[in-house]
Amino acid sequence: MDLLLIKEGLPLLTFLIFLPLAGALVLLFYHGESFARLWTLVITALTAVTSVLLLSGFNLTSSKYQFAEAYDWIPRLHINYIVGVDGISILLVILTTFIMPFCVLASWKYIKSRVASFMFCLLVMETSMIGVFVALDFVLFYIFWEFMLIPMYLLIAIWGGPRKVYASIKFFLYTLAGSVLLLVAIIALYLKTGSFFIPAMMWQEYSLTFQVLVFLAFFLAFAIKVPMFPFHTWLPAAHVEAPTAGSVILASVLLKMGTYGLLRFCLPITPDATMLLATPILWLSIAGIVYGGFTALAQQDMKKLIAYSSVGHMGFVTLGIFVLNSRGLEGAILQMINHGVTTGALFLCVGMIYERTHSRDLAVASGVGKYMPWFVTFVAVFSLSSFGFPGTNSFIGEFLILAGTFEHNTILALAAIPGAVLAAAYMLRLLQKVVWGGIANPDQSYLADLSVREIVTLAPFLFFVFWIGLGPQPFIDLIHTSVSHLLEQLNNWQQHHQVVATVLWR
Amino acid sequence: MVILPELVLLTGALAFFVVSLGKTPDRNVVKFTALFFGLATFIAACLSFQSQATLFYGVYAVDQYSQMFKVLIGFSLAILLVAGQYLKGIEVSVRAEYYLFLLLSVLGLMMLVSSVELIAIFVSLELSSFALYLLVPMRDDRTGIRMQMEAGMKYILFGVMATGIMLYGMSYLFGLTGTTYLKDIMTFLSKGNLQPAVVVAVLMTLGGFFYKLAVFPMHFWVPDIYQGASNETTGFIATIPKLGAVALLIRFLIVPTGHPQFLVELLAVVAVCSMFYGNLSALVQKDIKRMLGFSGIAHAGFITLGLLTMNGEGYGLAIYYIAGYVLMNLACFLVISNVSQAGENLLIEDLSGLYQRQPVLAFILAVGLFGLAGIPPFVGFMGKFMILASALRADHLLVVCLAAINTAIAIYYYLSVVKAVYTADPGGRPSVLVHPAIQAVGVIVVFAIVLMGALPAKFVDFAGAVVQTLL
Repeated sequence: MDLLLIKEGLPLLTFLIFLPLAGALVLLFYHGESFARLWTLVITALTAVTSVLLLSGFNLTSSKYQFAEAYDWIPRLHINYIVGVDGISILLVILTTFIMPFCVLASWKYIKSRVASFMFCLLVMETSMIGVFVALDFVLFYIFWEFMLIPMYLLIAIWGGPRKVYASIKFFLYTLAGSVLLLVAIIALYLKTGSFFIPAMMWQEYSLTFQVLVFLAFFLAFAIKVPMFPFHTWLPAAHVEAPTAGSVILASVLLKMGTYGLLRFCLPITPDATMLLATPILWLSIAGIVYGGFTALAQQDMKKLIAYSSVGHMGFVTLGIFVLNSRGLEGAILQMINHGVTTGALFLCVGMIYERTHSRDLAVASGVGKYMPWFVTFVAVFSLSSFGFPGTNSFIGEFLILAGTFEHNTILALAAIPGAVLAAAYMLRLLQKVVWGGIANPDQSYLADLSVREIVTLAPFLFFVFWIGLGPQPFIDLIHTSVSHLLEQLNNWQQHHQVVATVLWR
Repeated sequence: MVILPELVLLTGALAFFVVSLGKTPDRNVVKFTALFFGLATFIAACLSFQSQATLFYGVYAVDQYSQMFKVLIGFSLAILLVAGQYLKGIEVSVRAEYYLFLLLSVLGLMMLVSSVELIAIFVSLELSSFALYLLVPMRDDRTGIRMQMEAGMKYILFGVMATGIMLYGMSYLFGLTGTTYLKDIMTFLSKGNLQPAVVVAVLMTLGGFFYKLAVFPMHFWVPDIYQGASNETTGFIATIPKLGAVALLIRFLIVPTGHPQFLVELLAVVAVCSMFYGNLSALVQKDIKRMLGFSGIAHAGFITLGLLTMNGEGYGLAIYYIAGYVLMNLACFLVISNVSQAGENLLIEDLSGLYQRQPVLAFILAVGLFGLAGIPPFVGFMGKFMILASALRADHLLVVCLAAINTAIAIYYYLSVVKAVYTADPGGRPSVLVHPAIQAVGVIVVFAIVLMGALPAKFVDFAGAVVQTLL
């Protein structure tokens, strides 16, 4: 267990995982609407504040798993309760804990029926999301990973839009179907290594065939979650029908689980297969970037537009992961956070306009700038951030990824450029319509500008857009050690093994 | 004292015989007598948990293995009797007889898990089956439902046929080995005497056992009987007899030196066929009991997958799985028999908006269905996971992959019920009133489902250790 830095004293990660769950159990007994709102806000805020302790205690120079806790769980099958964070997961945990209070705030008025049940689902979601990012035992990971489907399904299916039934079932079936073979792969790995401890599965001598099969099982599960290009069709449906908080959670956290999985599992557990199959996946990412861009350009529904833009943005992330160099990987992790911040904020904005006009149609929302100056200011900044305007967060992420891609292969990088241009095109189109519209604007005079609650909800996102955009160093510092450790191990691996990949694909 | 639970059941059956002699027995007397004997059986099973004995010239073994199953049977019976205490589908005048046969059937199953000799197995199996055949057509036909008669006929005809096949196989086993004791038969088999007659005999005997568990080629009775029997009866058929069937199968399959390859292959084929047949057929069902019937076939396939490894671990997991399966099915049937207003069958759409009509029942049903679908952290997931792990360890990669794919198929029909419960509009369906005691029992079942799923180590270790004592 020398890979773990065991946390002495307060079990911080366990506390983070189970505090929301404990809060949810309280809601089973007290159903009052205003109590449920306040209570959930308190619990999520408390979780967020506690998670800051992770940052203060995090050792930047160590690539080990920190704040680790290990307990026996099912000794017969060597399943243990092991949790820990490293540079790859810490920001994602923080992102999750910080997004949640704003999801509660965004649902303050939006959710009118069955408030307690809604908040219950949100809290259970938080437990399983944090669990996914910190689990270091594969069974524990899988339990959180699968269990998450239930509250998310209910969030969409009960509080969703008109086509909620279709969207929620599609979401559930897609993601579940993707992960059944993941389970088989996990068991197969266990039988090879005799343990479910994830780091113990990494960098082991598996045969290439075995690696490829495991990789494909992993890839199917994670690519659906990301979603990568041919597996993305559940996303627009789910995003459009989900309530605002659901969309934000989906965009900001759930999609990250796919890329986190690719990074955490595919790379170190099946390095040969990763190198063998990197090229087709890179081109799939390019396809996703371009496809997402073009499709977003044609959308009339604002949520759909942002959903397709997510397909493009996540394409950048997978691109960064599979170029397998330090710029690409760091950019990818940073871009995961950026996408979480920016797209989450955009969904919040759409939710706010929806609460007023009861429509997500771009035509109905055009020209609101005149009556909602605060609102359009926020939208403007988040739109600029979304297409990577210099000075905002996505610029740093996309820049790093593209730099990494150029390092890897120039043609590939050139192919990704149109995606960046398309992003500007569709986001500016959205922005132009929302702020000014045209001559045929509907009457918007009944619209009230943002309330204090809504400004409080959006302001932190703004803060992070500029912080990451102007001073990304603290964030990169958090990531850096783990990423360079990962790449170091990958290089060692490459030196010791004859790699077929380069021969095959060049 | 070693056969205390059996004695309690027998006393219960006799008590109901006495009650049934009156002209129109009071419904409350019948109900509370049933509840009393249900709980008494459970307590008796717990009390005699530690007993050890061999009775009746060695045909009846009271050992840890049988006592474990008796506790499970007693627990399920108690839950079932509380959950279905209103017996909406059974006419008041025959309720005493209904309970008489129900308890006799359970008695048969209790005897079955203790039987270690072919004749004893046959007698207890038939005691349980014939009592059950009678329960099916006892459904109230005033509501215009007549299909229970057809179902009863089918059940008895198919059942007798399966029994015939099994007896024929047993007679071969006796002829080949000269003994009816399972132990000696197994010793004979493990010596590798594999002339065709042995294969035929084993297959035929297994066929009879498969009938009880509803595994693929012997599954065909399931949908009609599930649909035709009253909700409470189906709840019984779907749960407790399966415990007996698994106990019997494990006793029959346990051989110290491992099994001939043909048996492993047979079980693999049977398991995969059951899963595909059950899951694909369940996809299109509209009646929820019928759907659960097909899902039961699929789960029986999963249990067979656990037996396939032919070692103590696999058998222990099969026990864990069947216990979990019974719990989840009890949760579902608790909801079904209480949502049904007058004992009629429920279509899936009849559950529409249950979340608004009765949130506690909706929650119980959702946990039961998600558990059956194998979503963590419920017991269905852990059982599935560990069985897949043990089967993969025994190098059945193809079977494991097919089983995993089946999980994905199955989620659709479970989810479609959850969808109706949570998203569909009630559409004027009345709200459901449930006695708090029943809700409490449902919550206990939910708690057990989560607990067994989250902390399976104790149970699995115990079941594995108990099976080891048989080897």
